[in-house]
Amino acid sequence: MALFSTNEFKSGLKVMLEGDPCVILENEFVKPGKGQAFNRVKLRNLKTGRIIDRTFKSGETIEGADVVDMEMQYLYYDGELWHFMVPDSFEQYAADASAVGEAQKWLKEQDLCIVTLFNNVPISVQPPNFVELTITETDPGVRGDTSGGGGKPATLETGAVVRVPLFVQTGEVIKVDTRTGEYVARVK
Amino acid sequence: MSNDPTPAWRPACSLELLRRRAELLAGIRAYFAEHGVLEVETPLLSRTTVTDPHLSVFETTYRGGKSVRLYLQTSPEFAMKRLLAAGSGSIYQICKAFRNEELGRLHNPEFTLLEWYRVGFDLDDLIADTDALLQALSHGVRLLGPSEKTSYREAFLDYTEVDPIEAPWQEFVQCAREHGLPEAIDLCGKNRSLWLDFFFSHLVQPHLGAGRFTYVLDFPAVLPSLARTKPEDNRLVQRVEVFLDGLELGNGFFELTDPRQQEQRFDRDLAERSASGLSVPGKDQRLLAALTAGLPDCAGMALGVDRLLVALYGLESVGETMTFPFEIA
Repeated sequence: MALFSTNEFKSGLKVMLEGDPCVILENEFVKPGKGQAFNRVKLRNLKTGRIIDRTFKSGETIEGADVVDMEMQYLYYDGELWHFMVPDSFEQYAADASAVGEAQKWLKEQDLCIVTLFNNVPISVQPPNFVELTITETDPGVRGDTSGGGGKPATLETGAVVRVPLFVQTGEVIKVDTRTGEYVARVK
Repeated sequence: MSNDPTPAWRPACSLELLRRRAELLAGIRAYFAEHGVLEVETPLLSRTTVTDPHLSVFETTYRGGKSVRLYLQTSPEFAMKRLLAAGSGSIYQICKAFRNEELGRLHNPEFTLLEWYRVGFDLDDLIADTDALLQALSHGVRLLGPSEKTSYREAFLDYTEVDPIEAPWQEFVQCAREHGLPEAIDLCGKNRSLWLDFFFSHLVQPHLGAGRFTYVLDFPAVLPSLARTKPEDNRLVQRVEVFLDGLELGNGFFELTDPRQQEQRFDRDLAERSASGLSVPGKDQRLLAALTAGLPDCAGMALGVDRLLVALYGLESVGETMTFPFEIA
């Protein structure tokens, strides 16, 4: 993989730091009066999501990371791994629990997700921003209440639990924002 | 950067800021005219260059007969000192300076420098002079608190609790761990001046000059400079830097006039450049000859004009003060 000098650092560049692939978020060039120049860099570890602040000597090089984001269709869960497919090529990838992480509660078969591959292995999965899921269980609401005030927990087909308005019933399909985990609307 | 739909031919700075820059330059010229300091011009293209191991220069070639290697100046210092040795008296210059490999929010490879030398001034006189100029330039632009002075050592101790002059290496390592900067340990190794630069830029500088001009003086002699050593403590040099809102605006010296000491510093720099695998330019023999002929006692300051605009108008980057910064030059 190519080496990148601090002069080439820019947000979005993917590099290796201590064995993990990271993406550069910010890069600030700092040079005291007559002294050594540094680059103060903010990165996100693509495996753990952790934000890292790290200073490099200007001109230092680090290895690029072979990381690509690909749109893939979620196929199925085999009890251990989540299977995805690239729609154009039918190429299939299997992601483990550490890669799928929190996304697992939003994955519905056939939905399109962003799968991040590192050395061709999935390291993270980003679900669609909005998903439509069926409610498998929720307390019956009070008849006639359509205000939505208060709300109640509802369990969805994927196992996720979200707060829904009282008038929403078991068996209905709802739209959820996966970034906030919040109910958006009922789907007719 | 941004999704700004501004067409690529347009200037980066607003027309408003174009006028503010012109006012600032007029203010500088008015100040020096009032104080009897002569405006001069010296070459931007020069046959020699600095030896500073932390500066990277632009090189070019004159073609026509015998080709000549030329450098774009990183500052007009050497040429201005030749003028001083020739008896010019106090002089100033507003010019472009060029530094390779320096690009960022506060750096553009080509920038505007105000550099001046006052004959017969010592470091205290220079600080008073600089403050008078900066007060005049900020008047009516930005309300600032009273200026303050601090020593490098005091400022360093305030924010790191490490003595920059005397602390053993282990204290720097300890401090790096405490401040969540463990990468400094590998990066700086046992190089004291690197440790000082690292801590100063990360932990000290951001706090300097909050809403006022802060003058930091008496820098450790291990940091490279053309400043005179302090007679009462040879571990320190008579150098000052001025800050506003954590932004380094200028750097000044009570100038070294001894040609032998100057040459030793050149040699020290060149040895360091060579050890780091950098290019090793020739020493500026004309500067050394001028010093041998006699540089009058003087103090000089170099001030970044673009950064001064950033600080006075509360901007984010030097690019906002320029017509066509590097990306669109």
